[in-house]
Amino acid sequence: MANRDAEETKLRGIAASPGICIGRAYLVDQEGVDVVSKYSVMESNLRDEIKRFKTAVKNAKDELRSIIENTPEELHPHANILETHLVLFEDKMLYDRTIETIEKEKVNAEWAFKKVVSGVKSMFQNIKNSYLKERAEDIIHVSQRIMRKLVGVEAVNIGDIDKRVILVAHDLSPADASQIKTDKIMGLVTERGGRASHTGIIARALEIPAVMGLDHATKLIKNDDLIIVDGSTGIVITRPAEQTLADYGGRQIRYREYQTAVSRDSHLLAETTDGFIVPVMGNIELSDEAASVVEHGGDGIGLYRTEFQYLSGARFPKESELFEKYKRVVEMMAPKPVTIRTLDINGDKAVNGFFDDAENNPALGLRAIRYCLKNPDVFKTQLRAILRAAVFGNVRIMFPMISSCEEVREAKRLLNEAADSLAEEGETFRRDIKIGIMVEVPSAVVMADLLAEEVDFFSIGTNDLIQYLLAIDRDNTDVSHLFQPLNPAIIRMMKHVCDVGGEKGVQVFMCGEMAGEPLYIPLLLGLGINELSMNPQSIPAVKSTIRVLSAKDAGRFAEDVLRRPSASEVMKLLRNEYGDILSDKVYTE
Amino acid sequence: MPDREISKEVVIINELGLHARAAAMIAILARNAKTRVWILKDDESADASSIIDILTLACAKGSKIRLKIDDPSDLGILNDIVQLVEDGFGE
Repeated sequence: MANRDAEETKLRGIAASPGICIGRAYLVDQEGVDVVSKYSVMESNLRDEIKRFKTAVKNAKDELRSIIENTPEELHPHANILETHLVLFEDKMLYDRTIETIEKEKVNAEWAFKKVVSGVKSMFQNIKNSYLKERAEDIIHVSQRIMRKLVGVEAVNIGDIDKRVILVAHDLSPADASQIKTDKIMGLVTERGGRASHTGIIARALEIPAVMGLDHATKLIKNDDLIIVDGSTGIVITRPAEQTLADYGGRQIRYREYQTAVSRDSHLLAETTDGFIVPVMGNIELSDEAASVVEHGGDGIGLYRTEFQYLSGARFPKESELFEKYKRVVEMMAPKPVTIRTLDINGDKAVNGFFDDAENNPALGLRAIRYCLKNPDVFKTQLRAILRAAVFGNVRIMFPMISSCEEVREAKRLLNEAADSLAEEGETFRRDIKIGIMVEVPSAVVMADLLAEEVDFFSIGTNDLIQYLLAIDRDNTDVSHLFQPLNPAIIRMMKHVCDVGGEKGVQVFMCGEMAGEPLYIPLLLGLGINELSMNPQSIPAVKSTIRVLSAKDAGRFAEDVLRRPSASEVMKLLRNEYGDILSDKVYTE
Repeated sequence: MPDREISKEVVIINELGLHARAAAMIAILARNAKTRVWILKDDESADASSIIDILTLACAKGSKIRLKIDDPSDLGILNDIVQLVEDGFGE
């Protein structure tokens, strides 16, 4: 035992929701029910065995029904899928077949049910369409709930956990995630999922730290282990040494104190010591998150991701549904700007399977503006909703994944058509909104001077730009460490965009994760980025960083950075120059 | 077996194809039928009262399916399902 205590281990997953927590692991064991034994049942007892199965299904169904009823208001949009799960419980392919199997093979209910479920699973493996294939997950969630009732394993109802713990799970189902209470669950670690997964979104909405996509987490972490979860860097530390605990405990306290302190004046504009004002905006995914931007003192919304409505239901939203959500956000923020990014469906969200068979290379495939231009009806429905919502405040529209001038012209043409159709129908809308593009494909950087003629603003999306420029998939745990925001090639790209923006009078914004990291602010300021947008939680820290910097010094610093040949040398320079100023703001390495 | 086959052909028009929620809507209707309601696609058939069976047909947008009933008294249900599919499941 002694040497076990000594073995501190650092595990690296995907940073899905920021913050640090230290506490006891609580394993949500869903594997336990996979091991079931087979035994014969006597003819005379078959009726009871079948009854036992029926009771288990009924109890499982009741349990899910009560979960749906107890889902907190703010998570309701996430609970729709659970209604479909309810109908699955008595599906013939599960229910009737299990009863038949019990009768025919004279075996126990667990074994019969397991056999039926694995038969169903294998049927799904042959489906090519990846969206439909993933529906197997729904069946697995439902059957696990039945199996737990059958075996008599007490279902881990996350809503019933009565001590403060960190959840560790292979995966959390939508039903599980909707039961999280923030006064009990300090953080999350899962083997599956990522930032854009259902559970990742919920963790950020609830502001609890989460590390996802951590392979073998449920094997490496034991129940009741003391662990540290750093959701800002994606690091989980098991069996931490005294020193590590003290270190992270300190960071955690500093982080909280700092958040509280900076929150006090986060509603004020952020101005550098030499009088340069940088708007600090929030990124949102759900309309409800706009409240979080206001709360954290955001000067507007720099990135409103609009995919969620297309992903949460099993169908595409109607214009009226889109309009209602956009209007809510725009009204809440007015007169501050709301930058609505048009549909960016991508491989990360595995939605391509809705339309076609899986692509080999979704990140390089039919996504974002490419998909929209190919499906003008889908696109125009959204454009109409945006133009109508624009009446209620200050809306900017932003096209994602632009890689050529033609794409911008075509998108603008469709925007005009959408406006014309609204005018014809006598709808109320606004036409004179600012139009911008995401600069996230290297070809857009190269063509920035000509693209500038077409738009009012550029918004650099660092996540994708880094991925495409460095050829790194950061969700691939084998190479994600090479995903370096400070890579000199990235910095030069940003510099070029800022220079072009300056010459052509086009504003340059940044809405990638880089914008939300205080450490990078001196560089971004120095390059001449006009506006930053980030997770709402990061706004106070970034504002307070801007207030201690001088734009002039940052400019000189950026010149120096541009002469450095590697990410590590840039980092060294950054620490030398700004280490003192940033030390209390950088709570993680 | 009925004397003559009662069936109707429909095309899936909604963007996401015959997905879980749509399948659930069909299954709820089909569970009220006196006997079976079938969904035929190419050479395969699925029991319309089973979401799982419907899903495994993997009907994408544009798929042509044939709905078939075994008993004429289920014609009302057949028509309701056809209506549902033609309306794109109200999407």
